[in-house]
Amino acid sequence: MIDLLSGFVQELRNAGLPVSLTENLDAMEAVRHIPLEDRDAFKYALGATMVKNSAHWRSFETVFEVYFSLRGPEYKIVEGSEDELEQMWREMQEQMQQGEGKGSSGGMDSLTPEEIAQMLMKALMNGDQAMMRALAKQSVQRFAGMEPGRPVGGTYYLYRTLRNLDLDNMLQKLMEASKQETGSDLTALEERLEKDEYESRIDSFKKEIEAEIRRRLVADRGAEAMAKTLRKPLPEDVEFMHASRDEMQLLKKSLYPLTRKLAARLARKRRHGRKGPLDFRNTVRHSLSYGGIPAEPKFKQPRPSKPELMVVADISGSVAAFARFTLMLVYAMQNQFSKVRSFVFIDGIDEVTEYFKGTEDISEAIHRVNTEADVVWVDGHSDYGHAFEVFWDRYGKSIGPKTTVLFLGDARNNYHASQAWVVQEVRKKARQVYWLNPEPKSYWNTGDSIVGEYAGHTDGAYECRNLRQLEAFVEKLA
Amino acid sequence: MEHRFSSVQQVRDGLRNVNYLADDGIAGVAFLADRLAKPILVEGPAGTGKTQLAKSVADMLGARLIRLQCYEGLDESKALYEWNYKKQLLRIQADRNSDSWNEVHDDIFSKEFLLTRPLLEAISAPDPVVLLIDEVDRVEVETEALLLEILSEYQVSIPELGTITATQIPMVFLTSNNTRELSEALKRRCLYLHVDYPSLEREKEIVLAKVPDITEHLADQVARIVRSIRLLDLKKSPSVSETLDWARTMMLLNIDSIDAQTAKETLHVLLKYQSDIAKASKELSVDLV
Repeated sequence: MIDLLSGFVQELRNAGLPVSLTENLDAMEAVRHIPLEDRDAFKYALGATMVKNSAHWRSFETVFEVYFSLRGPEYKIVEGSEDELEQMWREMQEQMQQGEGKGSSGGMDSLTPEEIAQMLMKALMNGDQAMMRALAKQSVQRFAGMEPGRPVGGTYYLYRTLRNLDLDNMLQKLMEASKQETGSDLTALEERLEKDEYESRIDSFKKEIEAEIRRRLVADRGAEAMAKTLRKPLPEDVEFMHASRDEMQLLKKSLYPLTRKLAARLARKRRHGRKGPLDFRNTVRHSLSYGGIPAEPKFKQPRPSKPELMVVADISGSVAAFARFTLMLVYAMQNQFSKVRSFVFIDGIDEVTEYFKGTEDISEAIHRVNTEADVVWVDGHSDYGHAFEVFWDRYGKSIGPKTTVLFLGDARNNYHASQAWVVQEVRKKARQVYWLNPEPKSYWNTGDSIVGEYAGHTDGAYECRNLRQLEAFVEKLA
Repeated sequence: MEHRFSSVQQVRDGLRNVNYLADDGIAGVAFLADRLAKPILVEGPAGTGKTQLAKSVADMLGARLIRLQCYEGLDESKALYEWNYKKQLLRIQADRNSDSWNEVHDDIFSKEFLLTRPLLEAISAPDPVVLLIDEVDRVEVETEALLLEILSEYQVSIPELGTITATQIPMVFLTSNNTRELSEALKRRCLYLHVDYPSLEREKEIVLAKVPDITEHLADQVARIVRSIRLLDLKKSPSVSETLDWARTMMLLNIDSIDAQTAKETLHVLLKYQSDIAKASKELSVDLV
């Protein structure tokens, strides 16, 4: 047990979770109080003692599944479940009283894919957990075509299984079926609720399939190897430039709490950063409780000015996600700045400040930026030089000594002229100029990247590949 | 030390008896907290019953709830203890000439002149207590350090008096709305419990338990609509307490089946941002058009 747990902890640390020694000991202590056969309790015991951040829970769950998936009660040998499934099929047949009896004659192999699909539909309609689990096992066995020792990832098997089950159409069919069942007078609201319900069931079915594939892979390759392939970065470590759609969703979700945290921290820092001059009135008032002796001097709160911010972002394909995120972050905490203006460019440049005004919904505004901003000048390939020139002509006048200018982009200029003098001029007028680059530092100035030419004229160029780095930078800025 | 709970199931049933529906995670962590004598740090979105959990546990154990509401600028004179300065002054003035210096000195720093604040009160209480440190993320990082001694050793050191150790180890709950990262030192000493929005079934049960006379059908509808709304990309998803408010609204309006129109008209009970309300009502009635 101890060996297993320490392997588990090792893997958690590899996945980036900070598990300290005392937490490890607490976990060992905790599992002593928990009946080991209760898998859920075991999981929560480990979780409560070792995972102290809700954003890390997903990573923890993955590692947990890998390490302890072979030990749960729902893991049964597949052969056993076949009978079970067949049993269910028979029951269903009887229930439906079709009497055709085509499925009940042979073993499991005689079930056609259509029949499986039919069963699945039935299970989904009734929300029958046990049936769904059994079906997940069965479909993985039949459709995934898993071979021991074959070096392919779990996603490959997942894809193969899902392709055969055709779950996208399933939703459609389910909706129709439920319509027939209840009569056609379903209100729009009810229909929507039904749909959400089925969607969540299908989702949980997909999760069952994933879990089943994982279990089989673990059985085949061993926990250590599997944990390595399944290791996913924590949300704050996901790279903007290579994030998948799911990861993007995850990032978006973690953005809002992040801005709240950041804003709270900044407000606090502003208030407590340094002490102002002596507040005479307040000191005298407090001296009354000490018999007139000013034992407790009071100071005025300093009110440092908030910076003005201009964001100039490249939104061409390669770095669009990064620009989007930075804009979202900046606008989500715009009360930390006295004024925020934003500009986006590809080879032409356009001001998009207006889109963010008067709307509370930042993602909506971002959507408008992507669709409505006039950013293409010639061919829609990044041209930093031209964009900067226009920026300087049109908006250069509004840069003042309080302004902080932020350039976002990878500076991959397609070998156009750099026009780095603009950045130089901007720096002369502005308070500070920074460059944020979503590429890893080792790629800078390779190929058509000319970030070095610009960076020389700024107060600093920063690598900004993930939320963690972005957060650190914004904190420094405000 | 004897334990308060004998099994996870017992915790669950006990909480159910005081109308708090715990899921596996909540009951399991509460059970462990008792066994390991560790505080629980409860985190999660606002309005998911974090504070209620502490209250319910107190209720279930028949213990007194001592609550320390945290806020910015909280210091040890508000959280731990304070010397009753005015009383000390009176004591000195009352017999100015009679006592020798040493006597007075020892005397004015005795327990009589000590004002206990929530933390000290919790560990010096002779009766069973549950200590709730609410919204611990509101205090500054430096102030967190005040809590460390009491959380790990269950004792308070007072320089003039010495160390006061707990006569019995209280159940301790800390809640946090996650507005800032708590320090490692604090987290390390606690068991961590993340309370999220409940699942559909649990939410329905909560509505049934907390709203008197509600029909099963209405509760089911409420829970399902709320789930659909939570799936949307909103600024602030409806919390459990808002769900309950909504269900109560429906009861007051004598509605026994929610249609799109009623849902739209009462959305402001669930959602508190205009943009969220607009989005949700658009989503809910999208099929009408």
